[in-house]
This record gives sequence, structure tokens and C-alpha cells, in this order.
Amino acid sequence: MKHWYKITSVLLILYTLVWGLLNTVPRLDILNETIRNVYYHVPIWFAMLFMMTVSVIQSILTLNKSEITNDTKAYNAALVGFFFSIPGLLTGSVWAKYTWGTWWTFQDPKLNGVAISILIYLAYFILRFSIDDEIKRARISAVYNVFAFVMMNVFIMILPRLTDSLHPGNGGNPAFSKYDLDSDMRMVFYPAVIGWILFSYWLFDIKNRISTIKNKLND
Amino acid sequence: MLSSLIKKELLLEFRQKSTIGGVVVYVVGTIFVSALCFKGKLDKPTWNALFWVISLFTSVTISGKSFLKETGGQALYNYLYYAPRHFILAKTLYNMLFMLGLSLITFFFYGFFIKNEVENMGLFLLVLTLASTGLAGVLSLMSAIASKASGNFAIMSILSFPVLMPLILVIIRLSKQAVDGIEWAGVGFDLIAILAALNVLTITLSFLLFPYLWRD
Repeated sequence: MKHWYKITSVLLILYTLVWGLLNTVPRLDILNETIRNVYYHVPIWFAMLFMMTVSVIQSILTLNKSEITNDTKAYNAALVGFFFSIPGLLTGSVWAKYTWGTWWTFQDPKLNGVAISILIYLAYFILRFSIDDEIKRARISAVYNVFAFVMMNVFIMILPRLTDSLHPGNGGNPAFSKYDLDSDMRMVFYPAVIGWILFSYWLFDIKNRISTIKNKLND
Repeated sequence: MLSSLIKKELLLEFRQKSTIGGVVVYVVGTIFVSALCFKGKLDKPTWNALFWVISLFTSVTISGKSFLKETGGQALYNYLYYAPRHFILAKTLYNMLFMLGLSLITFFFYGFFIKNEVENMGLFLLVLTLASTGLAGVLSLMSAIASKASGNFAIMSILSFPVLMPLILVIIRLSKQAVDGIEWAGVGFDLIAILAALNVLTITLSFLLFPYLWRD
């Protein structure tokens, strides 16, 4: 049955939305009840990273096989990933307001990393719009996608060496695994990650089907 | 093959004296405007940031042209006579040389018109060298991409700024240490290693990816 993952994702997300608010969480200073945002904020970023990885893999396939379909998939994955960055930013911003006292800070490498990856996506889209020829567009945007993905990962890896993060697990803040060890939270967090990743894949699949239909209509 | 390509680039550059002259005037003009705006009242962090912002904008503007003349008949000629990987290597190496000269000029005029705040000159020159080569490495490939996307004058900066971010942040951090005059023992050598690694990484990526941009 090819719909299994769609049903699973909806069930998992519903479960985490409801049970995430009901279950017991550790009482921690500053975080207090906002720790529940771990169930919503973090999995959404995981889904975005997953989609970016899918996009880069499709771009590499484009370069290898020079087929337009792979390029369309890379574009669709980037669109879905970009779409996920919006709820990711909103949930993060609200959380930051209640714990760090500000909506946005330039002191945190993860926030800077997100800002950069959004800029990279936008640059990727603009690059695509400015090339008319389909085959040329596929090749050139794939090259940029691969290059930008590598640079972004480097950025994420080296940034924590430059500035301490306010995020858990960096710069003396309590490590994420400390909450994670709480088995109650783990029961919600892991399903949430799987649920959102499956959901992002579903959106990706729908976008791909729309592109296929559009292509057929154009021909 | 490689040396002849680099020689060709150099010859072309010096034959068209308007380009080199234009670059110098551009740099001096920018620095002069900044000097007038700040009126010499700069503290060290601002001095450092302003210097690298100026360098960043100049290098993006200057490198943008690196592939622009490789169109039409010229592109066809290159395509027939050179291997793509030689071509991008030569371009990158040439741009590195060019950018190094440009940064030295920028630094000279910046020190002249504003002031020279650098206390650990050796470290600063090392950072300047690695920064120029790193910027040139990234910008050569970006220029190759931008030259294929027509009709958008800002595409070069749109593509380059986000991917240059890791480089710029490391550079600013290191250069801040040079400006503050930190002794060699206290210098962040891991940052220097990162900067060198970024240089190698960008060249490798250009080397791997450029052949796909090559065909038209």
C-alpha cells in the first residue's frame, strides 16, 4: 500500500500535537513549560534539513544523468524545505521570546545558520528564474545547489567555534540529551521527528505530481 | 597548459588598461567616501568590519566580470582548446593573484586615508593572503554561474553573499585578533586552519563542478 506513510505521518503528528501538551515534562528553570516546543520546533527543522538533503541528492543526480525530471524534483524539494523554514522560524521566535527575552538574536550560530540557508534558497530560486532554457537551468542551478549545500554545512560546523550558542548543548547550556533522557519526552519527540519528515515527503510527492501534470499539459 | 592560460589572462588584463585603472579608482573612491563619512573616528572593531565590508564588495564587483568576457566566439574557442578543469584552475589561480594585489592596494589606501590600526602586521598579512585566495576561489565559480544567468545585474551578489558568509566570519574574527595585536602564542590557529581548509574546499568543489557549467 503506497499510502501507508501518509497515514502514519498524520497519525504521528496528531498524537504528538495532543500528547505533547498533555504529558509530563521535567521542571527546568527558564524553560518551564515552553520545553514542550521541543516537540514542534525541532522536528520541523529536521524536516527542512531532510528536504534540503533530498534536493541536493536530486541535484547530483541531475548532473550525473542530465535529466530534467531530477531537476524538477530538486526544485520541489527546495520549495518544500523553504516552506518548512517558516513554521520553524515562527516556533523558534516565540520560544526565544519566552526564554531568551528576544524574538531574534545575532549572537546565536543556529539562528545565523538559518538566516544564511534561507538566503541560499532565495538565491537558488532567483537563479532558476533568470535562466530560460530548461536544460541549461537544470545544470547550472544544480551546480549552485551542490556548492551552496556544502558551504552551508561547513558554516553550521564551524560557526559554533566562533560564537557560543544559546541553544541547548552548546556553550555551557544544558545538553539536549539531558531532556532527551527523559523517557516521557522521548516518547513524543521521536515520533514527532518521524511524523514531520514523512509529512514533508508527502508534500514533496504532491509537488512532484503537480509538476508532472503541468509538464503533460504543456506538451 | 595551465601557465599559458594564466599568461593569457594576465596579458588580456594588462592590454585593457581601463580595467585595472578602473579597479584602483573604484577602491580609492570607496575608501575616500568612507573616510569622509567616518571622519577618522573609528574604533578598532568598526575599523576591522569596515575594511572587510569594503573588500567584500570590491571583490564581488571585480570578480563578476571574470567570466563575462568568455561569451560567444571566445567561449567556443576556449571550449575547443582547453580542458574545463584546466580552465577553471587557471581562472581561479589568476583571480587569486589579482585579488591579492587588490587587497594590498585596498589596505594601503585604507591605511592612508583612514588610518592603520593593525598591531600584529604579520598575522594581518597572513589573513589578507588567505582571505584573498578564499574569496577568489568562491567568486570564480560564482562568476561562472552568474555569467550563464542573463538579464539579472544583481545575480552575482545574490549568489555570492550567502556562500561567502562562513569565509567572511572566520576572516573577521582572525583579523580582529591581528588588529588587537594579540601575540602569536594567543592566536587562534584553529581558525587559520579552517581558513586554509575553506580555500582547499572551494578549489576542490570548483574543480569538480565546473565541467558541468562548461557545455552550453
